[in-house]
Amino acid sequence: MEIPRQICEAIVAHARFAYPEEGCGLLASGVDGTGAVSDLRMAYCLTNATRSPTRYTVAPNEHFRAMRHAEANGWELSGVFHSHTHSAPYPSPTDVAGALEPDWLYVIVGPTDVESPEIRAYWIRDGKIIEEPLTVVDGRRRPARTR
Amino acid sequence: MNDQSVQVRIPTVMRPLVGGEKVIPATGATVRAIVADIGGRHAGLAERILDKDGELHRFVNVFVGDEDVRYLDGLDTPVPAGTEISIIPAVAGG
Repeated sequence: MEIPRQICEAIVAHARFAYPEEGCGLLASGVDGTGAVSDLRMAYCLTNATRSPTRYTVAPNEHFRAMRHAEANGWELSGVFHSHTHSAPYPSPTDVAGALEPDWLYVIVGPTDVESPEIRAYWIRDGKIIEEPLTVVDGRRRPARTR
Repeated sequence: MNDQSVQVRIPTVMRPLVGGEKVIPATGATVRAIVADIGGRHAGLAERILDKDGELHRFVNVFVGDEDVRYLDGLDTPVPAGTEISIIPAVAGG
């Protein structure tokens, strides 16, 4: 799957900002009618309500507002990202247990405490982990809104 | 006529319990009444929203309009007719 460079940069920057706690956020995609995740459009960098180096919970109010923002732009929430502060970007048993959305992309960045953390993406369905290879692309610049 | 009909947004993980619908209608004057209504028509749904004590499950968030009911009156939060209710499971991991 292609992932815009700006989204990668936002995910890494947010992970570093949240360190030593885990950072988290949501992803939104364009809607193509098939329900499949494609055309990643936005990374919402949100609060980890758990405030932990080993756990995260996306702040519910921010989740709701991200959903509203995505819908207002004709997108839909299509994934979640979070950081692993000291471990490789591979889903932990807690990640697998918490993965309720079979059609969401689960993006992990880590470890946050090194110079260049890796970003990896997975589908987590019925407890099974399938890696989705990411190709970083230079995203399109959206025209600025004018009033 | 006191029509308390509302629309309830169902998250992906609960849609198999409501025939795959994204939004279902409900009636009730409070969140508790709404959950009882939809739970009575869709087996297993109330158990996904409420815990064994009948309170809102820790990992489920309910919004009345744009407001999280945990910051209002919880399950006793009034639901004006025409309001949209959103059920949003917590997104969490480690």
